[in-house]
Amino acid sequence: MSETKKSRQERIRNFSIIAHIDHGKSTLADRILEATQALTEREMKAQTLDAMDLERERGITIKLNAVELNYHAPDGETYIFHLIDTPGHVDFSYEVSRSLAACEGALLVVDAAQGVEAQTLANVYLALENDLEIIPVINKIDLPNADPDRVKQEVEDDIGLDASDAVLASAKTGIGTDAIMQQIIDKIPAPKGDPEAPLRALIFDSLYDAYRGVVVYVRIIDGTLRVGDKIKMMATGKEFEVLEVGVSTPKIETRDALSVGDVGFLTASIKSVHETRVGDTVTGAERSAAEPLPGYRRMNPMVYCGLYPIDTARYNDLREALGRLELNDAALQYEPETSEALGFGFRCGFLGLLHMDIVQERLEREFNIDLIATAPSVIYKVVHTDGTTEEVGNPSEMPERKFIESIEEPYVRATIMTPNDYVGAVMELCQRKRGEFQTMEYLDANRTHVIYDLPLSEIMYDFFDSLKSSTKGYASMDYEMHGYKMSDLVKMDILLNAEKVDALSVIVHKEFAYDRGRAIVEKLKELIPRQQFEVPIQAAIGQKVIARSTIKALRKNVLAKCYGGDVSRKRKLLEKQKEGKKRMKAVGSVEVPQEAFMSVFKMSHDD
Amino acid sequence: MTEHVSNRPPRGAYIHIPFCDHICAYCDFNKFFLKNQPVDHYLDALTQEMINYSELGPAQTVYIGGGTPTALNNRQLERLLDDVCRYFQADRVKEFTVEANPENLTDEKLQLMKDHGVNRLSIGVQTFDDDLLRTIGRAHTAEEARAAVRRAQQAGFDNLTLDLMFALPGQTETSLRESIATALELDTPHISIYSLQVEPRTIFHNLMKKGELRLPGEDIEADMYGQILFELEKHGLRHYEISNFARPGYEGRHNSLYWSNEEYYGIGAGAHGYVQGMRYANAGPVKKYIDAVAQFGRGRSSVHEVSEDERIEEQLFLGLRMMRGVSIDTFARKFGRTLDSVYGDQIADLKKRGLLVEQDGRVRLTNRGIFLGNDVFEAFLLS
Repeated sequence: MSETKKSRQERIRNFSIIAHIDHGKSTLADRILEATQALTEREMKAQTLDAMDLERERGITIKLNAVELNYHAPDGETYIFHLIDTPGHVDFSYEVSRSLAACEGALLVVDAAQGVEAQTLANVYLALENDLEIIPVINKIDLPNADPDRVKQEVEDDIGLDASDAVLASAKTGIGTDAIMQQIIDKIPAPKGDPEAPLRALIFDSLYDAYRGVVVYVRIIDGTLRVGDKIKMMATGKEFEVLEVGVSTPKIETRDALSVGDVGFLTASIKSVHETRVGDTVTGAERSAAEPLPGYRRMNPMVYCGLYPIDTARYNDLREALGRLELNDAALQYEPETSEALGFGFRCGFLGLLHMDIVQERLEREFNIDLIATAPSVIYKVVHTDGTTEEVGNPSEMPERKFIESIEEPYVRATIMTPNDYVGAVMELCQRKRGEFQTMEYLDANRTHVIYDLPLSEIMYDFFDSLKSSTKGYASMDYEMHGYKMSDLVKMDILLNAEKVDALSVIVHKEFAYDRGRAIVEKLKELIPRQQFEVPIQAAIGQKVIARSTIKALRKNVLAKCYGGDVSRKRKLLEKQKEGKKRMKAVGSVEVPQEAFMSVFKMSHDD
Repeated sequence: MTEHVSNRPPRGAYIHIPFCDHICAYCDFNKFFLKNQPVDHYLDALTQEMINYSELGPAQTVYIGGGTPTALNNRQLERLLDDVCRYFQADRVKEFTVEANPENLTDEKLQLMKDHGVNRLSIGVQTFDDDLLRTIGRAHTAEEARAAVRRAQQAGFDNLTLDLMFALPGQTETSLRESIATALELDTPHISIYSLQVEPRTIFHNLMKKGELRLPGEDIEADMYGQILFELEKHGLRHYEISNFARPGYEGRHNSLYWSNEEYYGIGAGAHGYVQGMRYANAGPVKKYIDAVAQFGRGRSSVHEVSEDERIEEQLFLGLRMMRGVSIDTFARKFGRTLDSVYGDQIADLKKRGLLVEQDGRVRLTNRGIFLGNDVFEAFLLS
C-alpha cells in the first residue's frame, strides 16, 4: 500500500518516445494521454500531439510538444509525467538531441514486424549519449506478420539493450499500456538538480504566437523560474522579463513557477524565435549560472534554393510570408536575390530537403503564393586563383572556371542498414553516387551496416528513393555531416531559345556532366509545352554545348466544336487555358511551367 | 446607348432528342439508350417547352439534334415535327435542320421530314473507313452512309451536310484523304469536319486514362487539318468556320447564330439556350427534365445572366470562329464602345504574332490563327 509520501521532484518522470516513422509513436502517445485522462474522450482526436496539418498528412512531427500528465499509479502515488515529443526526421536531428537532453528516459518503440531501422538507431544513440534510460516497447504485436521474438533479438544485437523486459504492446488496441506506465515509474529516474541553485533551464523548442510572442519550451535543470523573474539567454545574451510560465496538459495551464525537473513554457514578450535558440540555456539575469548547459549549437542551413513568386507582383507578399515563418523557424534563413530569368526572389537556406519541402508547402498553402523553386544546392567552397575562398550556394554565382583554383563540396557519412542480400545493390548505388566505401559491419546473420562517405549533393538527388527501390524497401539509412572534400565540379548552364536561364544552372561532377546535360534537356523538352515558335534547349559548360534538344512549335490548338450552343463550356475551357498560363513563368519569350525549374534536380537520379 | 439583344426574340430554336440506339465512343452529349425510355412523356415535355417559348416569338431556324433524332419511331417523329410546325410557324422558318444517322434514315422518315418542311439534313457519317467506324462505335458501314446520302438526295433534299471527323485513333492521312474524296463525290453543299476531342465521361476518355488510346498526335492532326482546308476549298466548299465548309449560300444559318452571339431557344433535356440575356442549361437526366417541365413549364436547371463584359468577350471568341471575323462597326453599335478601346492592346499583340489581321472593317484570324484559335480566343477574356 501507500509508502512514505514522495516529494514532487521524486514523483516527476521526464521521457520522450523514439520511433521510426509509422512505427506507432503518435498512437502510443494517444494511449498515454488516455491512461492519464489528460483529455476527455470528446477532446481526444486521434494523434493529438501532431497539431499541424502538414504533420498529420506526412505522419511526422515537425514541431515539438511537451505535455504534463498526472498518473495515478497503483502504488497510490500520483506521478507527474512530462512527455516530450520529438521530430522524426534526420533534418531535425539537432532538435531531437535537445529534446532528449530534457529527459531522463525514453520509450523506444519498434514495430514488431519491421524491426529496428537505421534512423531509429541514430536516435537511440542520441538518447544514450544523453544518458537516458531506455524502455523498449515492441509495438503492433497484433499484426499478422508480427515477430516480437526476432525484433527483441534485434534490439539486443543492434542496440545492445537488455530486451528481456521489453513491453509487448499494441498501441492501437491498448495492449501493454499499463505495463509501459509501470516501467516509466520504475525505470526512469526522477530528475536530479538543486532547486536553490541559480536557474538553468534548457530551451528545447520555441514557437511564435501572434498574441503572446515567442512561447519558449524549457526543462528546468537547476533553480526555479517564476513569473516576474528577469532572465537571460546565455548564448544570445538577450534579457527578458518573464510574463507567464505554465505547462500544457495538453490544455494550457499557467503556473506561478516551474522548478527542478519541470517541463513547461515561458513567455516574455519575445519577438522572434531567433532570440530563443534551441539548445540555449535560460538563466537569471541577476543571479546567473556560472556555466551554460552543454551541447548548444547554432544550426546552419545545409541546403539552399531560390524561391520566386510566379506573379512578380507578389514579391512583397513572399517577403512577408517568409518573415512570418521565420518567427517560428530558427533554422530558416533567407536573403533577397535576383535572377535574370525569374526576377526578384529569395535565396533560402534549410536544414535539409524535408525542411525545404515543408517551407515551400506552407508558403503555398498558408500564404497562397504560387512559387517557383529552383533546384536545391549545397554550399560549395570555392578557392579562387588568387587564394581567397568563397562559399557559393547558388550555382549561377559560381565564378568562371579561369578564376577557380579548386572547389570543395560537403560530404556526409552515411550508415545504411540493409539485409545481406542487398549489400551488393547498396554498394553499387553508392559507387554510382560517387561514394567512398568506409567499412561494413555485420549486425547478425541477416543484416549488415554499410558505411559510405557520399557527397551531400548526391544524397539530395533522390538517393532515398533509389535506395528503397534497389533494396525492395528493406534498407534504411542515416547520415551525418562529414566535412568538405575537393571534387572535380563544373557549372552547367541551360539555354532556352539561345538565352542562358540562370535559375536552371547546376553544379555537376565533370564525369557525369554529359549524361546529366542530356537528361535535363530531354526532361525540359517533356515539361515545357509547345510554344508559338520552335524553342531550342541546350546544356552548356562555359561556351561548349554538350547536349541539345528542340521543343517543336505549337501547330494546332483550336476547339473543333461549339457543343450545340453550350458557350459556357467553351468559356470554361478558355479560362482554364488562361489559368494554366498564369502558372507558367515567361523566361524571355518562353513560357516555362513551375515544375520545370525543379526538373534539373528531380532528374538527376536517372543519370 | 447599347442595343440590348433581348429587344427582339431569339431567332433560332435548338431541340434536343437525347436518345440513341447505341452509344458512340467519342460522344459526350447528353444521351441515353433508347430502350425503356419514356419517349412519349419526353415528347409531351418538349411540347410544353415549345408552347412556353414560342410565346416570345417565332424562330427563323430550327435545329433538331441529339442524341439521335432519327432513332425516334415514325409516329414519334411525326408528332415532334407536327409540334414544331404548330408552335414555331413552319412557314416563317427559313432553315429547318434534322440530324440523322445513316442506319435509320429510311424512305418513310425522309418523306415525313420532307412533308413537315424540313429543308436540311445533317448526316452523321464521321468517316468512310469501315475499320474506323467500328473503332469509334458507329452502327453503320461506309456503304450504308453513302446509300443514306443518295436516298436523301433522291427524296429531294438538296441541302445536305455531312458530319466527318479527323484525328481519330488509328486514322491515317490516307484514310482521311479517301473519306474526303468519297464525301466530295457525294457532292453535298456543306460539310462539317471536326477533330476528335477526347472528353471526360466517354469511352475514349476511359481508354486514354488506361493508356490504350493511340491518337495521331498534334503534328499529324495539324497536317490533316491543313489537308482538309486545301481539299475542300479546292472543290468549291468555302471554309467559313473553324470546322465548317459550304458552297456560297449554303452556310448553316442556325449554327451561325451561335457564332454571331445571337440568342436561341434551347429545348429538351440537357439543351442550352440563350434567351433574354440569360444563358441557361436544361436538366440532363430525362426524368429530371420531364419533372422540371411539369412543374415550371421549362426544363432549366441553371441560368446565368450574361454580363456586359461576358457579352463582349463572346462577341470575339465566338465571332472569330468565323473566317469573315468580327465587324468593327457591329461591335461599336452593339456595345457603345470601339473595339480598339476594349481590345487595342490584345489585337495589336495578336497581329504582331501573325494570328490576327484587320481588313475591310473586320478583324479575323490569319491562316496561322485558324490553327491556333484557342490562343487567340483566350486573349479576349477580360478578367
